This record gives sequence, C-alpha cells and structure tokens, in this order.
Amino acid sequence: MKPQSWNDHRIEVIIGVLLRAGVLIAAAVVLIGAGIYLLRHGSEPVDFRTFRGASPQLRTFSGIISGSIHGSGKSIIQLGLLLLIATPVARVAFSAIAFWLERDYLYVGITLAVLAVLAYSLLGSAMR
Amino acid sequence: MMTVITFTLLLSLGSFLAGFLGALTGLGGGVVIVPLLALVFGVDIRYAIGASLVSVIATSSGAAAAYVREGLSNIRIGMFLEIATTVGAVVGAMIATKVGTGTLGIIFGLVLLYSAYLSIRPQTELPPDTAPDRLAQALKLNGTYPTREGVKAYAVHRVPLGFGLMFGAGTLSGLLGIGSGAVKVLAMDQAMRVPFKVSTTTSNFMIGVTAAASSGVYLARGYIHPGIAMPVMLGVLAGSLAGARVLVKTKSKSLRVVFGAVIVVLGVEMIFNGFTGRL
Repeated sequence: MKPQSWNDHRIEVIIGVLLRAGVLIAAAVVLIGAGIYLLRHGSEPVDFRTFRGASPQLRTFSGIISGSIHGSGKSIIQLGLLLLIATPVARVAFSAIAFWLERDYLYVGITLAVLAVLAYSLLGSAMR
Repeated sequence: MMTVITFTLLLSLGSFLAGFLGALTGLGGGVVIVPLLALVFGVDIRYAIGASLVSVIATSSGAAAAYVREGLSNIRIGMFLEIATTVGAVVGAMIATKVGTGTLGIIFGLVLLYSAYLSIRPQTELPPDTAPDRLAQALKLNGTYPTREGVKAYAVHRVPLGFGLMFGAGTLSGLLGIGSGAVKVLAMDQAMRVPFKVSTTTSNFMIGVTAAASSGVYLARGYIHPGIAMPVMLGVLAGSLAGARVLVKTKSKSLRVVFGAVIVVLGVEMIFNGFTGRL
C-alpha cells in the first residue's frame, strides 16, 4: 500500500485556505448587499408564504451582475451567494491542476468529470 | 405582518442558533433550517430549501480549512465519490421542482427522524479490514491517517456499493437542500470501511461540492431568494464558526440528546403538515 504523499497534504492545506477565503469574501459581499437591501426595504412587509420565485433578474448570471452594477441590494446579495457557490467549484478546478502536477492522470480525469457535472448544472441553468 | 427588518433579525438569530447547535452536536445546522423556515416562519418550503442549500455550502467550506490541517480527509475518496453525489444532486434538484410541497415535507420529516436515530445510535467502529480490494487499489483509494499511536493505514472496500449510496446521498441533498452528511458518513464507514475520522472530514469536504451542483437548478428556478438566503447564510455561518470554537473537546452528550429530541419533534411536525397539506 502506497502511503499518501506529502504532496497530497500540501494540496489539501492550500485548498482549505482557498475555501475559507472564498467563504469570507462571499459573506462580506452578502453583508454589503444586506445593508443596502435593509436600508431600502427594511420597513416593507414580508410575505414568503406563497411561492412566486425570486424575480427573473435574480436568477441568471447576467441579471445578477447588471443589477449589482446598478447598486441593487438584492442583486449584490445574490452576487455574494454566487461567489459562495463558486468556492467549491474553484476547489475542484484547483484539484484538477494539482493532480496534473502530480502526474496522476486517472484523477485528472475523475476531477474533470466532476467539473463537467458542475458546469452542466451551473452554466446550463443560470447562464441563459 | 412582519417587516423585512424584523424578519431578517429574527431569522439571523434562529439561523445562528441552528448553526451553533449543529456544530456543537456534530449534527450540522442545515437539517433544522428548512423546518425552522417552514414551520416557525411560515416560509414556502421551496424558498426554505434554497436558503438551506446555500447555508450548507457556507458551513462546509468554512469548516474545511480547520479539517485539512489535521490531514485526515482523503482527497481521492472524496473526488471519486463526488462523481456520484454531484450527478445525484442534479437529479434530486430536478425531482424537487416536480413533486408537490406536501411530499417534500413528508420526505424531509422522514430524513429528520433518521438523522435523530443516527445521533442516538451507539457508534461502534467496525474492525479495520486490511484485505486488499482490487477496485480500491486501482482507484488508489487506500490511505493512511494520523492516530495517537502513529500513522495508520486503512484499506477501502465495496467501492460500487459506496458509490451507489453516495448517489442516493446526493439525490437527497439536491431534493431537500441539506448536506446529507449522515448518509455520506454511513456509506463510507459502514459500506466502505473508511475509519470514522477520515469519513467525517471527507464527507464535510464533499458536501459543499454536492450542494454547488444542485444550486444551479435552484437559482434558475427562483428558489434562492436574497431576502431569505441572506440572513440564513450569515447566521448559520457565524453560528457554526462560533460553535466550532467552543466545541474543542466538549462532546456534550446531553446536548446531543436535546438537539436530537428537537429534530424528532420537527420531523413529526413536517410529516403531519405534509399530509394535511399545510406546507
């Protein structure tokens, strides 16, 4: 049985730092959006009892980005959530590179397969 | 009717508590977020699932940095099984958009009861099985992990069964917006004979990727609403980070029992409300 190499551990530590940073950046963006959202809509009544779905602009990458540029609090919150979703995706992409550097081509393939499923879900449904 | 500011503050507080207790008991906060939103705040279960899924990514990624430092997780097992969990998650998210809210509530309730059962069940680690398994060797899944008595080697078994169970865990995750860490750990330590410590940390590693796979479908369908996801994500994240800090070594048994009892009550209520069409 081959012991896990020192390289594996180093890769994991880098990935861990990457994930933590991604989450903190995402949380900061969500906080900024929350501030704007609460200032503008704080005193409005809430009704989430019936499902209407988030407005179409908050469902696509392009809508969220253009809304954020215009300073919409809700869009900036969504942007933060997109960054949050992107962190584990970045981890998978980074792992593919790391396996490539280790010349472990079997795992380069496995990692790319996972990345393909993620791309199918995220790009397929939210890119339009 | 509540105003946006009151709703946000109360929900942040509730989510903080859920994240805090989830981290302290090791049961994860995500599993109580959906019932909290659906039963206590009267939010439609589809919005609840969307917000919960987002919080699951936050806690999983936030905790990963602490876990990897200990060198316990097995990145190859995680990556290989993620093929199954991500495909399952996409399938689950698509099913979620087709079934009624009552059915979702009933399935959710059953999963809650099962999680509570797992939390009270005595945990006995199966003896390590060191006989080699050809598939595990071909996939380089066997590994080592640090223990008090030095570095120990372990061999992985029943790869196809573990892979199949992981597909199921992914489907549940995508269907209900939860991490399904309990099912993942079960698949790894019962079926594949991965040591507890390794399966727990590897499962945490996989949860974020699995949840990301279904989030695309949820986002496009409008399940992820900023007004709900924002307080839930921030609250659960802060709560779980605080909980992990307090945790250190106190594995409070009585706290687990109390939290387990809360989960049972919520599970029964979800099932009841699902049947009576109140969700």
